Amino acid sequence: MLALTASSTLELLQYSPPGWGANLLRGLMNSVLIALGAFGLGAVIGVGGAYGKLYGGPVLRDLLAIYTTVVRAVPELVLILILYYAVTDAVNQILLGLGQDRIQISGFAAGIAVLGIVQGAYATEVIRGAILSVPGGQVEAARAMGMPAGLLARRITLPLMLSAALPGLANLWLIATKDTALLAVVGFGELTQETRQAAGATKAYFTFFMAAGGLYLALSISSGWLFARAERWARRGQPELRG
Amino acid sequence: MSETAGDTRPEAIRIEGLHKSFGQLEVLKGVSLMAREGDIVAVIGGSGSGKSTMLRCINFLETPSAGQILIGGEAVATRPDGSPANRRQIERIRQSLGMVFQQFNLWSHKTILENLIEVPVHVLRVPKDQAVARAERLLARVGLAEKAGVYPAFLSGGQQQRAAIARALCMEPRAMLFDEPTSALDPELVGEVLAVIRDLAAEGRTMMLVTHEMKFAREVASHVVYLHNGQIEEQGPPEAVFGNPQSDRLKQFLRSVG
Repeated sequence: MLALTASSTLELLQYSPPGWGANLLRGLMNSVLIALGAFGLGAVIGVGGAYGKLYGGPVLRDLLAIYTTVVRAVPELVLILILYYAVTDAVNQILLGLGQDRIQISGFAAGIAVLGIVQGAYATEVIRGAILSVPGGQVEAARAMGMPAGLLARRITLPLMLSAALPGLANLWLIATKDTALLAVVGFGELTQETRQAAGATKAYFTFFMAAGGLYLALSISSGWLFARAERWARRGQPELRG
Repeated sequence: MSETAGDTRPEAIRIEGLHKSFGQLEVLKGVSLMAREGDIVAVIGGSGSGKSTMLRCINFLETPSAGQILIGGEAVATRPDGSPANRRQIERIRQSLGMVFQQFNLWSHKTILENLIEVPVHVLRVPKDQAVARAERLLARVGLAEKAGVYPAFLSGGQQQRAAIARALCMEPRAMLFDEPTSALDPELVGEVLAVIRDLAAEGRTMMLVTHEMKFAREVASHVVYLHNGQIEEQGPPEAVFGNPQSDRLKQFLRSVG
């Protein structure tokens, strides 16, 4: 009986039908791609937001304060529902008003946009703090040598702030990978949604959700390893501190 | 700085009527000063006399409240609030002034060689092999040839400051600005940095040097400026300023620094 259970479990997880392995891996792939897109978009928003908060004019600073406050206050699930349904609806109202056809926003693009906006709010604060930790003298040395502002940010400030930002950014990346599960509510075929479908169709709930948990775990462990390497690289030139 | 008639050397740095306030506090109260090419101007004065602020106004790390800065006879264009009006002009002028800081300020994520070639390669567009060759020559000159691949944190303060001087020289500047270059160093490391500066003085390089090293100022400077309370209290050749001070304040200052 036990042998039968084990073999049927393996069968269910097989890559090709009747196994559901391909579906789970496709879901994982979608989750990773959305997380990458959202994390990347969040990092770009974060750098811009941090510079805006630190050096922008009063209006820009107020707008950014509203952005980070609101986005960090509202649950991601609610934001996803608002941005997915409300934004789709608004876009279509406008298109109809212009005499155009309705469009269907792809779950993939919407997922990256929504999670990226959420990530951006947190990343703004992580990167702002990291920029403040950069020794002012090193920035001043670059200014004194006539380095233009954009080049100075790219070659001096941002590399120097990276070692302070990476632990916070690693957290954000892990949150991004798991927040992709929230896109199941809009029916997007990421890992959790694919798992639900497989489990529902076969009634093997335990098998599939354990498998999904294992995939999330593998993703987080391999990310941890990559971020540790990135941090070592970002800390180059800094002697190790042992307390 | 030589105001002697008939001195035809071109002027390098001219400061005219420089004022600088931080909020209510007026740090510089109308300073005028000129250095010709080849001059070595030492700026001395007590803590809070405004000497570092004056130096930092020359390349607009501080925004002057009033007054004018001319580099090589070219006036730096300013807005009404005193900040540089022309980004390209101020960048070009900064590139022509090699600044050395009290805290060295080497970029910690770059090796010594990378520190030296960073601006020549990425801003001045010098071909990389040329910049590297120049950097290696300068590192050898300041005695750091074998440290090219080392990160700044692994060097002593004296070595870091010598590397910082080489980094400034790598820009082939018209003049060097030294802001208390030995003040952050352990006493036994001061000599090696002063030796490098002395070497630059000997080749006739234009320099403006804010320093607490009176003996050194007397030895290398062609002109000494004593700043007190945001104004030039006394100035002249080192023999006069140190050997025969006129004002009571300068006499008192020289006694206090021994």
